[in-house]
Amino acid sequence: MSMPFYVAPEQMMKDRADYARKGIARGRALIALQYIDGIALIAENPSNTLRKISEIYDRIAFAGVGKYNEFDQLRVAGVRAADLKGYQFSRLDVDARGLANQYAQILGQTFTHEMKPLEVEILVAEVGLTQEQDQLFHIMYDGTVIDEHQFTVLGGDMEAIRTRLVERFVPQASLQEAVKFAHQALSLSDQQIASSELEVAVLVRNNSRRCFSRLSEATIIQYLA
Amino acid sequence: MFSFEQDPGANFGELLKRVGLSPFGDSLPVNEILVPHATTCVALRCANGVVMAGDRRATSGNLISHREMEKVVQADQFSGVAIAGAAGPAMEMVKLFQLQIEHYEKVEGQSLSLEGKANQLSMFVRSNLPAAMQGFMVVPIFAGYDTLLNHGRLWNYDATGGRYEEHDFVATGSGMLHAGTVLRMGWRRDMTVDDGVVLTARALWEASVADSATGGPDALRGIYPVVASITSDGFARIDDVLLKSTYEEIAKGIGQK
Repeated sequence: MSMPFYVAPEQMMKDRADYARKGIARGRALIALQYIDGIALIAENPSNTLRKISEIYDRIAFAGVGKYNEFDQLRVAGVRAADLKGYQFSRLDVDARGLANQYAQILGQTFTHEMKPLEVEILVAEVGLTQEQDQLFHIMYDGTVIDEHQFTVLGGDMEAIRTRLVERFVPQASLQEAVKFAHQALSLSDQQIASSELEVAVLVRNNSRRCFSRLSEATIIQYLA
Repeated sequence: MFSFEQDPGANFGELLKRVGLSPFGDSLPVNEILVPHATTCVALRCANGVVMAGDRRATSGNLISHREMEKVVQADQFSGVAIAGAAGPAMEMVKLFQLQIEHYEKVEGQSLSLEGKANQLSMFVRSNLPAAMQGFMVVPIFAGYDTLLNHGRLWNYDATGGRYEEHDFVATGSGMLHAGTVLRMGWRRDMTVDDGVVLTARALWEASVADSATGGPDALRGIYPVVASITSDGFARIDDVLLKSTYEEIAKGIGQK
Protein backbone atom coordinates (compact mmCIF):
# COMPACT_ATOMS: atom_id res chain seq x y z
CA MET A 1 0.00 0.00 0.00
CA SER A 2 1.39 3.37 -0.96
CA MET A 3 1.57 6.11 1.63
CA PRO A 4 0.28 9.55 0.63
CA PHE A 5 2.78 12.37 0.96
CA TYR A 6 2.51 14.30 4.19
CA VAL A 7 1.12 17.80 3.73
CA ALA A 8 0.94 20.10 6.73
CA PRO A 9 -2.64 21.14 7.53
CA GLU A 10 -1.63 24.83 7.39
CA GLN A 11 -0.32 24.32 3.88
CA MET A 12 -3.43 22.41 2.82
CA MET A 13 -5.77 25.16 4.05
CA LYS A 14 -3.65 27.85 2.47
CA ASP A 15 -3.64 26.04 -0.87
CA ARG A 16 -7.39 25.64 -0.79
CA ALA A 17 -7.95 29.27 0.15
CA ASP A 18 -5.65 30.45 -2.64
CA TYR A 19 -7.46 28.23 -5.10
CA ALA A 20 -10.89 29.55 -4.07
CA ARG A 21 -9.74 33.18 -4.01
CA LYS A 22 -8.27 32.91 -7.50
CA GLY A 23 -11.50 31.47 -8.86
CA ILE A 24 -13.58 34.21 -7.25
CA ALA A 25 -11.30 37.07 -8.33
CA ARG A 26 -11.55 35.92 -11.97
CA GLY A 27 -15.32 36.60 -11.94
CA ARG A 28 -17.01 39.97 -12.13
CA ALA A 29 -17.99 41.99 -9.09
CA LEU A 30 -21.27 42.72 -7.38
CA ILE A 31 -22.38 45.50 -5.05
CA ALA A 32 -25.19 45.62 -2.51
CA LEU A 33 -26.00 48.95 -0.92
CA GLN A 34 -28.73 50.60 1.10
CA TYR A 35 -30.79 53.40 -0.37
CA ILE A 36 -33.62 55.36 1.17
CA ASP A 37 -36.39 52.82 0.40
CA GLY A 38 -34.52 49.54 0.68
CA ILE A 39 -31.50 47.64 -0.60
CA ALA A 40 -30.20 47.72 -4.17
CA LEU A 41 -28.13 44.88 -5.61
CA ILE A 42 -26.08 45.64 -8.70
CA ALA A 43 -23.93 43.12 -10.56
CA GLU A 44 -21.84 43.18 -13.67
CA ASN A 45 -23.38 40.34 -15.63
CA PRO A 46 -23.30 40.00 -19.42
CA SER A 47 -25.91 37.24 -19.37
CA ASN A 48 -29.57 38.14 -19.46
CA THR A 49 -30.78 34.76 -18.24
CA LEU A 50 -28.14 33.35 -15.90
CA ARG A 51 -28.80 35.44 -12.83
CA LYS A 52 -26.39 36.37 -10.07
CA ILE A 53 -29.09 38.02 -7.96
CA SER A 54 -32.35 36.33 -7.05
CA GLU A 55 -35.25 36.12 -4.65
CA ILE A 56 -35.13 33.77 -1.67
CA TYR A 57 -38.13 34.84 0.37
CA ASP A 58 -40.48 37.74 1.07
CA ARG A 59 -37.83 40.13 2.36
CA ILE A 60 -34.67 38.20 1.51
CA ALA A 61 -32.48 38.24 -1.58
CA PHE A 62 -29.48 36.16 -2.58
CA ALA A 63 -26.48 37.18 -4.63
CA GLY A 64 -23.45 35.16 -5.61
CA VAL A 65 -20.17 35.63 -7.43
CA GLY A 66 -17.70 33.05 -8.65
CA LYS A 67 -18.60 29.76 -10.24
CA TYR A 68 -22.20 29.89 -11.50
CA ASN A 69 -23.19 26.26 -10.97
CA GLU A 70 -21.90 26.34 -7.41
CA PHE A 71 -23.68 29.45 -6.21
CA ASP A 72 -26.83 28.48 -8.10
CA GLN A 73 -26.92 25.22 -6.14
CA LEU A 74 -26.62 27.25 -2.94
CA ARG A 75 -29.41 29.57 -4.11
CA VAL A 76 -31.80 26.64 -4.64
CA ALA A 77 -30.85 25.20 -1.24
CA GLY A 78 -31.70 28.58 0.28
CA VAL A 79 -35.10 28.79 -1.42
CA ARG A 80 -35.89 25.28 -0.18
CA ALA A 81 -34.81 25.96 3.39
CA ALA A 82 -36.78 29.22 3.49
CA ASP A 83 -39.98 27.80 1.93
CA LEU A 84 -39.88 24.77 4.22
CA LYS A 85 -39.41 26.87 7.32
CA GLY A 86 -42.19 29.25 6.30
CA TYR A 87 -44.53 26.32 5.61
CA GLN A 88 -43.73 24.50 8.82
CA PHE A 89 -43.87 27.55 11.10
CA SER A 90 -44.78 31.03 9.90
CA ARG A 91 -43.57 33.33 7.15
CA LEU A 92 -42.34 35.67 9.90
CA ASP A 93 -39.93 33.02 11.20
CA VAL A 94 -37.79 33.05 8.06
CA ASP A 95 -34.86 35.41 8.52
CA ALA A 96 -31.57 36.21 6.83
CA ARG A 97 -29.45 35.40 9.89
CA GLY A 98 -30.67 31.80 10.02
CA LEU A 99 -30.10 31.36 6.32
CA ALA A 100 -26.64 32.92 6.48
CA ASN A 101 -25.71 30.46 9.23
CA GLN A 102 -26.91 27.53 7.14
CA TYR A 103 -24.88 28.76 4.18
CA ALA A 104 -21.85 29.20 6.43
CA GLN A 105 -22.25 25.58 7.55
CA ILE A 106 -22.34 24.27 3.98
CA LEU A 107 -19.41 26.39 2.80
CA GLY A 108 -17.32 25.66 5.89
CA GLN A 109 -18.02 21.95 5.67
CA THR A 110 -17.07 21.81 2.02
CA PHE A 111 -13.94 23.89 2.59
CA THR A 112 -12.53 21.62 5.31
CA HIS A 113 -13.75 18.19 4.20
CA GLU A 114 -13.88 18.15 0.41
CA MET A 115 -11.06 18.02 -2.10
CA LYS A 116 -12.14 21.23 -3.76
CA PRO A 117 -13.59 24.26 -1.94
CA LEU A 118 -16.57 26.09 -3.45
CA GLU A 119 -15.28 28.97 -5.56
CA VAL A 120 -18.02 31.32 -4.50
CA GLU A 121 -18.77 34.26 -2.30
CA ILE A 122 -22.38 34.92 -1.47
CA LEU A 123 -24.56 37.60 0.03
CA VAL A 124 -27.81 37.20 1.94
CA ALA A 125 -29.65 40.51 2.21
CA GLU A 126 -32.79 41.21 4.19
CA VAL A 127 -34.74 44.43 4.04
CA GLY A 128 -36.04 45.46 7.46
CA LEU A 129 -38.96 47.66 8.48
CA THR A 130 -36.54 50.54 9.01
CA GLN A 131 -33.14 51.25 7.48
CA GLU A 132 -31.45 50.32 10.79
CA GLN A 133 -32.97 46.83 10.56
CA ASP A 134 -31.60 46.09 7.09
CA GLN A 135 -29.15 43.20 7.10
CA LEU A 136 -26.32 42.26 4.78
CA PHE A 137 -24.51 38.97 5.43
CA HIS A 138 -21.43 38.42 3.31
CA ILE A 139 -20.33 34.78 3.37
CA MET A 140 -16.87 33.78 2.19
CA TYR A 141 -15.74 30.60 0.41
CA ASP A 142 -14.53 29.09 3.72
CA GLY A 143 -17.76 29.79 5.63
CA THR A 144 -16.69 33.02 7.31
CA VAL A 145 -19.74 35.23 7.85
CA ILE A 146 -19.32 38.99 7.83
CA ASP A 147 -22.19 41.14 9.08
CA GLU A 148 -21.84 44.16 6.78
CA HIS A 149 -23.35 47.60 7.26
CA GLN A 150 -24.65 49.99 4.62
CA PHE A 151 -22.92 48.36 1.64
CA THR A 152 -20.73 45.48 0.56
CA VAL A 153 -18.70 44.39 -2.45
CA LEU A 154 -18.28 40.79 -3.60
CA GLY A 155 -15.78 39.35 -6.05
CA GLY A 156 -13.67 40.99 -8.77
CA ASP A 157 -11.27 43.70 -7.72
CA MET A 158 -13.01 44.04 -4.38
CA GLU A 159 -10.72 46.54 -2.66
CA ALA A 160 -10.53 49.00 -5.55
CA ILE A 161 -14.30 48.93 -5.99
CA ARG A 162 -14.89 49.39 -2.28
CA THR A 163 -12.62 52.45 -2.23
CA ARG A 164 -14.52 53.98 -5.14
CA LEU A 165 -17.86 53.22 -3.53
CA VAL A 166 -16.92 54.71 -0.14
CA GLU A 167 -16.24 58.06 -1.84
CA ARG A 168 -19.78 58.21 -3.23
CA PHE A 169 -22.03 56.30 -0.86
CA VAL A 170 -24.77 58.07 1.15
CA PRO A 171 -27.45 56.00 2.91
CA GLN A 172 -30.18 58.54 2.06
CA ALA A 173 -29.65 58.24 -1.72
CA SER A 174 -32.56 57.57 -4.07
CA LEU A 175 -32.61 54.32 -6.04
CA GLN A 176 -31.41 56.12 -9.16
CA GLU A 177 -28.47 57.64 -7.27
CA ALA A 178 -27.63 54.28 -5.68
CA VAL A 179 -27.56 52.57 -9.09
CA LYS A 180 -25.36 55.37 -10.41
CA PHE A 181 -22.91 55.12 -7.50
CA ALA A 182 -22.66 51.37 -7.92
CA HIS A 183 -22.24 51.65 -11.69
CA GLN A 184 -19.42 54.17 -11.26
CA ALA A 185 -17.76 52.07 -8.58
CA LEU A 186 -17.95 48.90 -10.69
CA SER A 187 -16.62 50.60 -13.83
CA LEU A 188 -12.92 51.14 -14.19
CA SER A 189 -12.18 54.86 -14.49
CA ASP A 190 -11.53 54.78 -18.25
CA GLN A 191 -14.13 52.24 -19.23
CA GLN A 192 -17.84 52.39 -18.34
CA ILE A 193 -19.82 49.17 -18.08
CA ALA A 194 -22.59 49.06 -20.69
CA SER A 195 -26.10 49.18 -19.22
CA SER A 196 -26.89 45.89 -21.00
CA GLU A 197 -24.19 44.25 -18.86
CA LEU A 198 -25.75 45.32 -15.57
CA GLU A 199 -28.10 43.19 -13.53
CA VAL A 200 -30.03 45.24 -10.99
CA ALA A 201 -32.55 44.05 -8.42
CA VAL A 202 -34.04 45.69 -5.36
CA LEU A 203 -35.58 44.76 -2.04
CA VAL A 204 -38.11 47.53 -1.53
CA ARG A 205 -39.22 48.49 1.96
CA ASN A 206 -42.98 48.61 1.48
CA ASN A 207 -46.16 46.94 2.62
CA SER A 208 -46.36 44.24 -0.05
CA ARG A 209 -45.40 40.71 0.91
CA ARG A 210 -42.78 40.02 -1.74
CA CYS A 211 -40.28 42.87 -1.62
CA PHE A 212 -37.95 41.58 -4.34
CA SER A 213 -38.09 42.90 -7.89
CA ARG A 214 -35.79 43.30 -10.85
CA LEU A 215 -35.21 46.51 -12.78
CA SER A 216 -35.89 46.24 -16.50
CA GLU A 217 -33.15 47.22 -18.92
CA ALA A 218 -35.19 50.26 -19.98
CA THR A 219 -35.28 51.47 -16.35
CA ILE A 220 -31.54 50.89 -15.95
CA ILE A 221 -30.79 52.89 -19.12
CA GLN A 222 -33.07 55.67 -17.88
CA TYR A 223 -31.35 55.71 -14.47
CA LEU A 224 -27.86 55.87 -15.92
CA ALA A 225 -28.67 58.59 -18.47
CA MET B 1 -28.58 19.43 -0.38
CA PHE B 2 -29.98 16.39 -2.17
CA SER B 3 -28.20 13.81 -4.28
CA PHE B 4 -28.90 13.94 -7.99
CA GLU B 5 -31.47 11.10 -7.89
CA GLN B 6 -33.21 12.49 -4.80
CA ASP B 7 -33.37 16.09 -6.03
CA PRO B 8 -37.02 17.26 -6.00
CA GLY B 9 -36.35 20.03 -8.55
CA ALA B 10 -38.90 22.81 -8.36
CA ASN B 11 -41.63 20.60 -6.93
CA PHE B 12 -42.52 21.73 -3.42
CA GLY B 13 -44.81 18.75 -2.79
CA GLU B 14 -41.96 16.33 -3.54
CA LEU B 15 -39.66 18.40 -1.33
CA LEU B 16 -42.15 17.99 1.52
CA LYS B 17 -42.16 14.22 0.98
CA ARG B 18 -38.35 14.08 1.06
CA VAL B 19 -38.23 15.86 4.39
CA GLY B 20 -41.21 13.93 5.81
CA LEU B 21 -43.69 16.82 6.03
CA SER B 22 -46.20 15.80 3.36
CA PRO B 23 -49.79 16.37 4.50
CA PHE B 24 -51.31 14.05 1.89
CA GLY B 25 -51.78 10.31 1.79
CA ASP B 26 -51.96 9.77 5.54
CA SER B 27 -54.39 7.08 6.61
CA LEU B 28 -57.55 8.47 8.13
CA PRO B 29 -60.14 6.98 10.50
CA VAL B 30 -62.85 5.03 8.68
CA ASN B 31 -65.72 6.55 10.64
CA GLU B 32 -66.86 9.81 9.16
CA ILE B 33 -66.35 12.74 11.49
CA LEU B 34 -68.09 16.06 11.27
CA VAL B 35 -65.78 18.85 10.08
CA PRO B 36 -66.56 22.31 8.74
CA HIS B 37 -67.51 22.40 5.09
CA ALA B 38 -67.19 25.36 2.78
CA THR B 39 -69.79 25.75 0.09
CA THR B 40 -70.79 27.72 -2.98
CA CYS B 41 -68.21 29.31 -5.28
CA VAL B 42 -68.66 30.64 -8.80
CA ALA B 43 -66.46 32.08 -11.55
CA LEU B 44 -67.15 33.48 -14.98
CA ARG B 45 -65.23 34.74 -17.95
CA CYS B 46 -65.73 38.30 -19.09
CA ALA B 47 -64.37 40.31 -22.02
CA ASN B 48 -61.07 41.24 -20.36
CA GLY B 49 -60.56 38.57 -17.72
CA VAL B 50 -62.43 36.57 -15.10
CA VAL B 51 -64.54 37.25 -12.01
CA MET B 52 -64.58 34.81 -9.06
CA ALA B 53 -66.87 34.84 -6.05
CA GLY B 54 -67.57 32.73 -3.00
CA ASP B 55 -69.97 33.02 -0.06
CA ARG B 56 -68.60 33.27 3.49
CA ARG B 57 -70.36 30.42 5.31
CA ALA B 58 -68.79 27.21 6.61
CA THR B 59 -71.08 24.54 8.08
CA SER B 60 -70.70 21.42 10.23
CA GLY B 61 -73.81 19.41 9.63
CA ASN B 62 -76.68 21.75 10.42
CA LEU B 63 -74.53 24.19 12.41
CA ILE B 64 -72.80 27.27 11.05
CA SER B 65 -69.19 26.88 12.11
CA HIS B 66 -67.79 30.05 10.58
CA ARG B 67 -69.42 33.05 8.99
CA GLU B 68 -66.40 34.90 7.65
CA MET B 69 -64.56 32.25 5.71
CA GLU B 70 -62.65 33.38 2.64
CA LYS B 71 -63.04 30.78 -0.09
CA VAL B 72 -61.71 32.85 -2.95
CA VAL B 73 -57.98 33.15 -2.53
CA GLN B 74 -55.31 34.75 -4.64
CA ALA B 75 -52.90 32.09 -5.94
CA ASP B 76 -50.42 34.47 -7.53
CA GLN B 77 -50.44 37.75 -9.46
CA PHE B 78 -52.64 36.45 -12.30
CA SER B 79 -54.66 33.62 -10.81
CA GLY B 80 -56.97 32.66 -7.99
CA VAL B 81 -58.53 29.56 -6.44
CA ALA B 82 -62.02 29.16 -5.05
CA ILE B 83 -62.69 26.16 -2.84
CA ALA B 84 -65.70 24.14 -1.82
CA GLY B 85 -65.59 21.08 0.43
CA ALA B 86 -64.00 20.11 3.74
CA ALA B 87 -62.49 23.37 5.01
CA GLY B 88 -59.38 21.95 6.68
CA PRO B 89 -57.96 19.98 3.75
CA ALA B 90 -59.14 22.69 1.33
CA MET B 91 -57.26 25.46 3.14
CA GLU B 92 -54.19 23.26 3.40
CA MET B 93 -54.42 22.53 -0.32
CA VAL B 94 -54.66 26.21 -1.19
CA LYS B 95 -51.72 27.05 1.05
CA LEU B 96 -49.63 24.34 -0.59
CA PHE B 97 -50.75 25.42 -4.04
CA GLN B 98 -49.73 29.02 -3.43
CA LEU B 99 -46.39 27.84 -2.09
CA GLN B 100 -45.85 25.49 -5.02
CA ILE B 101 -46.38 28.31 -7.52
CA GLU B 102 -44.06 30.68 -5.65
CA HIS B 103 -41.47 27.96 -5.03
CA TYR B 104 -41.41 27.03 -8.71
CA GLU B 105 -41.05 30.67 -9.70
CA LYS B 106 -38.12 31.18 -7.35
CA VAL B 107 -36.28 27.95 -8.14
CA GLU B 108 -36.79 28.11 -11.91
CA GLY B 109 -36.57 31.87 -12.24
CA GLN B 110 -39.87 32.17 -14.13
CA SER B 111 -43.56 31.56 -13.47
CA LEU B 112 -45.45 28.42 -14.45
CA SER B 113 -47.85 28.88 -17.36
CA LEU B 114 -51.54 29.18 -16.38
CA GLU B 115 -52.15 25.73 -17.85
CA GLY B 116 -49.27 24.38 -15.75
CA LYS B 117 -50.80 25.82 -12.60
CA ALA B 118 -54.21 24.29 -13.44
CA ASN B 119 -52.52 20.93 -13.96
CA GLN B 120 -50.64 21.20 -10.69
CA LEU B 121 -53.86 21.88 -8.79
CA SER B 122 -55.38 18.81 -10.44
CA MET B 123 -52.60 16.68 -8.96
CA PHE B 124 -53.24 18.12 -5.50
CA VAL B 125 -56.96 17.29 -5.77
CA ARG B 126 -56.14 13.77 -6.93
CA SER B 127 -53.75 13.15 -4.06
CA ASN B 128 -56.60 14.06 -1.72
CA LEU B 129 -58.75 11.23 -3.15
CA PRO B 130 -58.33 8.79 -0.22
CA ALA B 131 -59.55 11.53 2.14
CA ALA B 132 -62.36 12.43 -0.28
CA MET B 133 -63.59 8.82 -0.10
CA GLN B 134 -63.99 9.32 3.65
CA GLY B 135 -65.99 12.48 3.33
CA PHE B 136 -63.27 15.14 3.17
CA MET B 137 -63.91 16.11 -0.40
CA VAL B 138 -62.23 19.20 -1.86
CA VAL B 139 -63.53 20.61 -5.15
CA PRO B 140 -61.84 23.81 -6.28
CA ILE B 141 -62.28 26.22 -9.18
CA PHE B 142 -59.16 27.66 -10.71
CA ALA B 143 -59.29 30.87 -12.73
CA GLY B 144 -56.77 33.30 -14.06
CA TYR B 145 -55.63 35.63 -16.76
CA ASP B 146 -53.44 33.86 -19.31
CA THR B 147 -50.64 36.31 -20.10
CA LEU B 148 -49.57 34.24 -23.13
CA LEU B 149 -53.04 34.10 -24.74
CA ASN B 150 -54.23 37.45 -23.34
CA HIS B 151 -57.62 36.31 -22.07
CA GLY B 152 -59.19 34.89 -18.94
CA ARG B 153 -59.51 31.09 -18.41
CA LEU B 154 -61.48 28.90 -16.00
CA TRP B 155 -61.11 25.35 -14.77
CA ASN B 156 -63.49 23.14 -12.88
CA TYR B 157 -62.38 19.99 -10.99
CA ASP B 158 -63.92 16.82 -9.68
CA ALA B 159 -62.89 14.87 -6.57
CA THR B 160 -60.62 12.54 -8.56
CA GLY B 161 -58.54 15.39 -9.91
CA GLY B 162 -60.40 15.55 -13.21
CA ARG B 163 -59.69 18.92 -14.78
CA TYR B 164 -62.22 20.53 -17.12
CA GLU B 165 -61.64 23.84 -18.81
CA GLU B 166 -64.84 25.89 -18.98
CA HIS B 167 -65.31 28.67 -21.48
CA ASP B 168 -68.18 30.66 -20.00
CA PHE B 169 -68.80 30.15 -16.30
CA VAL B 170 -68.58 27.55 -13.54
CA ALA B 171 -70.17 26.92 -10.15
CA THR B 172 -69.19 24.46 -7.41
CA GLY B 173 -70.33 23.48 -3.92
CA SER B 174 -73.73 22.76 -2.41
CA GLY B 175 -75.41 25.79 -4.03
CA MET B 176 -73.95 25.08 -7.45
CA LEU B 177 -77.30 24.22 -9.08
CA HIS B 178 -78.98 27.47 -8.11
CA ALA B 179 -75.94 29.67 -8.64
CA GLY B 180 -75.17 27.92 -11.93
CA THR B 181 -78.68 28.55 -13.23
CA VAL B 182 -78.41 32.27 -12.50
CA LEU B 183 -75.08 32.38 -14.32
CA ARG B 184 -76.51 30.45 -17.27
CA MET B 185 -79.41 32.91 -17.58
CA GLY B 186 -77.34 36.06 -17.19
CA TRP B 187 -74.00 35.30 -18.82
CA ARG B 188 -73.06 37.13 -22.01
CA ARG B 189 -69.88 36.89 -24.05
CA ASP B 190 -69.08 40.61 -23.95
CA MET B 191 -69.60 41.15 -20.22
CA THR B 192 -67.40 43.71 -18.47
CA VAL B 193 -65.84 43.04 -15.07
CA ASP B 194 -68.53 45.24 -13.48
CA ASP B 195 -71.29 43.17 -15.14
CA GLY B 196 -69.53 40.05 -13.89
CA VAL B 197 -69.46 41.33 -10.31
CA VAL B 198 -73.20 42.01 -10.39
CA LEU B 199 -73.99 38.60 -11.93
CA THR B 200 -71.83 36.58 -9.51
CA ALA B 201 -73.28 38.54 -6.57
CA ARG B 202 -76.77 37.69 -7.82
CA ALA B 203 -75.84 34.03 -8.31
CA LEU B 204 -74.64 33.70 -4.70
CA TRP B 205 -77.74 35.53 -3.49
CA GLU B 206 -80.06 33.07 -5.21
CA ALA B 207 -78.02 30.12 -3.95
CA SER B 208 -78.23 31.43 -0.38
CA VAL B 209 -82.01 31.76 -0.70
CA ALA B 210 -82.48 28.11 -1.65
CA ASP B 211 -79.51 26.35 -0.02
CA SER B 212 -79.05 26.38 3.76
CA ALA B 213 -75.29 25.79 3.54
CA THR B 214 -74.71 28.93 1.46
CA GLY B 215 -74.49 32.22 3.31
CA GLY B 216 -76.07 35.38 1.92
CA PRO B 217 -74.86 38.95 2.43
CA ASP B 218 -74.97 39.88 6.12
CA ALA B 219 -75.55 43.64 6.12
CA LEU B 220 -75.81 43.96 9.90
CA ARG B 221 -72.39 42.44 10.48
CA GLY B 222 -70.97 43.93 7.27
CA ILE B 223 -70.09 40.51 5.83
CA TYR B 224 -70.29 40.24 2.05
CA PRO B 225 -69.13 37.48 -0.30
CA VAL B 226 -65.53 37.58 -1.46
CA VAL B 227 -65.54 38.74 -5.08
CA ALA B 228 -62.37 39.21 -7.10
CA SER B 229 -61.48 40.12 -10.66
CA ILE B 230 -58.40 38.96 -12.53
CA THR B 231 -57.42 40.95 -15.62
CA SER B 232 -54.18 41.96 -17.32
CA ASP B 233 -53.64 44.22 -14.28
CA GLY B 234 -53.65 41.17 -12.02
CA PHE B 235 -55.80 39.94 -9.14
CA ALA B 236 -57.97 42.56 -7.42
CA ARG B 237 -60.51 42.04 -4.68
CA ILE B 238 -63.77 43.92 -5.09
CA ASP B 239 -64.39 46.42 -2.32
CA ASP B 240 -67.14 45.69 0.24
CA VAL B 241 -68.63 49.16 -0.34
CA LEU B 242 -69.34 48.25 -3.96
CA LEU B 243 -70.76 44.86 -2.96
CA LYS B 244 -73.00 46.52 -0.39
CA SER B 245 -74.51 48.83 -3.00
CA THR B 246 -74.79 45.93 -5.48
CA TYR B 247 -76.80 43.91 -2.96
CA GLU B 248 -78.95 46.92 -2.10
CA GLU B 249 -79.85 47.17 -5.79
CA ILE B 250 -80.64 43.45 -5.96
CA ALA B 251 -82.83 43.71 -2.83
CA LYS B 252 -84.67 46.74 -4.28
CA GLY B 253 -85.45 44.83 -7.46
CA ILE B 254 -86.91 41.98 -5.44
CA GLY B 255 -88.94 44.34 -3.22
CA GLN B 256 -90.72 45.81 -6.25
CA LYS B 257 -92.26 42.50 -7.22
